[in-house]
Amino acid sequence: MADMNPKKTPMPEQDPKVRARNFQEVTTGYTAEMAQTEAARCLQCKKPLCVQGCPVNVHIPDFIAKVAAGEFNEAYNVITSTNTLPAVCGRVCPQETQCEARCVRGKKGDPVGIGRLERFVADWHRENSIPETAAIEKNGRRVAVVGSGPAGLACAGDLARAGCDVTVFEAFHAFGGVLVYGIPEFRLPKAVVRNEVTGLMEMGVEFRQDMIIGRTLTVDELFADGYEAVFIGSGAGLPQFMNIEGESYLNVFSANEYLTRINLMKAYLPEYDTPAPVSRVVTVVGGGNVAMDAARSALRMGAEKVFIVYRRSMEELPARAEEVHHAMEEGVVFRLLCNPTRVLGDENGRCCGLECIEMELGEPDASGRRRPIPREGSEFTIDCDTVIMALGTRPNPLLHTTTEGLDADRHGCLITDETTATTRKGVFAGGDAVTGSATVILAMGSGKKAAASILEYLKNK
Amino acid sequence: MFTICEKRRLNSTVTLMEIEAPVVAKKAKAGQFIILRTDEYGERIPFTIAGTDPEAGTVTIIYQTVGRTTMQLDTMEPGDALQDFSGPLGKPTELEGIRRAVVVGGGVGCAIAMPVAKALYDMGAKVDIIAGFRSRDIIILEEEMRGMCDNYYIMTDDGSAGEKGVTTDKLKALLDAGEQYDMVIAIGPVIMMKFVVETARPYGVPTMVSLNPIMIDGTGMCGCCRVTVGGKMQFACVDGPDFNGYEVDFDELMKRNGSYKAQEAEAKQHICRLTGGVRHG
Repeated sequence: MADMNPKKTPMPEQDPKVRARNFQEVTTGYTAEMAQTEAARCLQCKKPLCVQGCPVNVHIPDFIAKVAAGEFNEAYNVITSTNTLPAVCGRVCPQETQCEARCVRGKKGDPVGIGRLERFVADWHRENSIPETAAIEKNGRRVAVVGSGPAGLACAGDLARAGCDVTVFEAFHAFGGVLVYGIPEFRLPKAVVRNEVTGLMEMGVEFRQDMIIGRTLTVDELFADGYEAVFIGSGAGLPQFMNIEGESYLNVFSANEYLTRINLMKAYLPEYDTPAPVSRVVTVVGGGNVAMDAARSALRMGAEKVFIVYRRSMEELPARAEEVHHAMEEGVVFRLLCNPTRVLGDENGRCCGLECIEMELGEPDASGRRRPIPREGSEFTIDCDTVIMALGTRPNPLLHTTTEGLDADRHGCLITDETTATTRKGVFAGGDAVTGSATVILAMGSGKKAAASILEYLKNK
Repeated sequence: MFTICEKRRLNSTVTLMEIEAPVVAKKAKAGQFIILRTDEYGERIPFTIAGTDPEAGTVTIIYQTVGRTTMQLDTMEPGDALQDFSGPLGKPTELEGIRRAVVVGGGVGCAIAMPVAKALYDMGAKVDIIAGFRSRDIIILEEEMRGMCDNYYIMTDDGSAGEKGVTTDKLKALLDAGEQYDMVIAIGPVIMMKFVVETARPYGVPTMVSLNPIMIDGTGMCGCCRVTVGGKMQFACVDGPDFNGYEVDFDELMKRNGSYKAQEAEAKQHICRLTGGVRHG
């Protein structure tokens, strides 16, 4: 009989006042007892709706049953039969719109804490299990994976398990893509990412950093070098600006730059050389997870006050509910229904404020969300010394502009069919490079799908 | 890791380094750059490729010690290895169709101008070089550059070598004398490039400049290197580094390049006083 407590087992977390000034992980994770208590809330539905809500169809009731029984290693095996990166997904997936949104328990009270349980299982496995060294039978096929983000890691993992010789090419000096340059340490510890990469290395996947495919080597050169198929998981790294007056003032950053300085270059640690942006009052423009990450990073870098400016209302805010909740707890101030009109600068060209205009919501637009309309004459100024633009990103054009026959749409997204095959023979693609900025789990799911398609392609080749 | 195989002082603050990076050496073209990190704690810093030897698998960079990272780099010797060395980045300089060019190099900018001049000269163009320095003692690459042009002019602020004056004085004199150039290529301090453009403008000679904004990734990801060209935002790392000089907002670039001056000065002091340039034990 399931535990009928309507509330989720609370997640232990650092006190908001304390954590807003440090980079340690905000939530500290369930203990085994908490996990078993929460697992007991699962009704073990015969037709589990939660599984349909998961982009990679994790067998959720099965793994939760194993957790309830204290069989954590078995639970891990159930999850990883369809999800390559559970420690990551358990932390960063928008569960409230996916698995947990469908949970029957959510109709009266809280849904089962599926994300928290997934994270617990992955963390338990990382700390307690002995890495398996099952010998993989090699098939002698060589595949190149471009990009070491969630799509690339998932694809490389499945290909390696199937016996392929896989090389992952990464443009940066560190592996993990957006997991290391974008998502901050306090939300996704880099040790978790490193662990996933190390696991693949132990499986025989070769990782090469500082390799910018399209520049250092082209896709054609990869084929000439003997790779039989190429997977492109190069993400969506190109930042967007608003094209308003004053965006070139000093201390106006793309969220990519701000977060890259802090996360990838570790500017928050004194022993690293990359200068950290120093700010007193920060305004972040945008309402997605990246905006929340930038705002919360700004607090941790010492800002006295941090605003989020978003042109729609709380209801339309695209960020994960947990991130919004955490940001508010930490003291981030939300200025909703307003939009920047220009950045103000002082005589030295340094940002000193952001002029905004109030918005109201009109009829729904193409995205189905109500269109924000400016209220004439309602301009006001937020005094701030830093502005961070978190307006979404687009794929980098480097690959399709340097690869003959590889087509992209007008947004720069690579064109693929339902098998993830691109317009160029032997080249497959997935993740944000195809969809534009989306989620880790979707990227991972498409990486796995591409791996299956590549295996099929190699078999028929 | 990328081993340093040669290090040679060109003047008191400018140094040439050859680094083993076979893949980059094979691919690099004039005008492109690399990004390096000295060690695990280092910044990602861009350097224009000053030359390559594809057979030996080496890439040459020329740097001036100005801040923390270049001072750190300067403590490294042949046999030491750099943590990262990635490239070639940026678009190669477009030289097609140029038959007669004047290349204007300012100070250490001559190191960046050199591969462009060489590429032009090698493809049979007639090349004049105007190289500007503060004084005789900091002249670099004179011999090398003389070997890749038809006319080589040195300008010094104090007249201690070549003619007394700045590069734009010479450029104006040449243009006034009726020299017909297909292209002026200016590489050096932002202020010099700005004035080269203003000098060339009345004569209507197309002028190309190579920009050097602050960068992190060098692949189009951070937007830190954004510059305004023709009223539009461009990223120097992927849309450049070369741009039509007539369209560049140089004043904005100068301000943006000063972003980290205070921190840079502090870091420099820090490194000198405490570690003499060697850190982390």
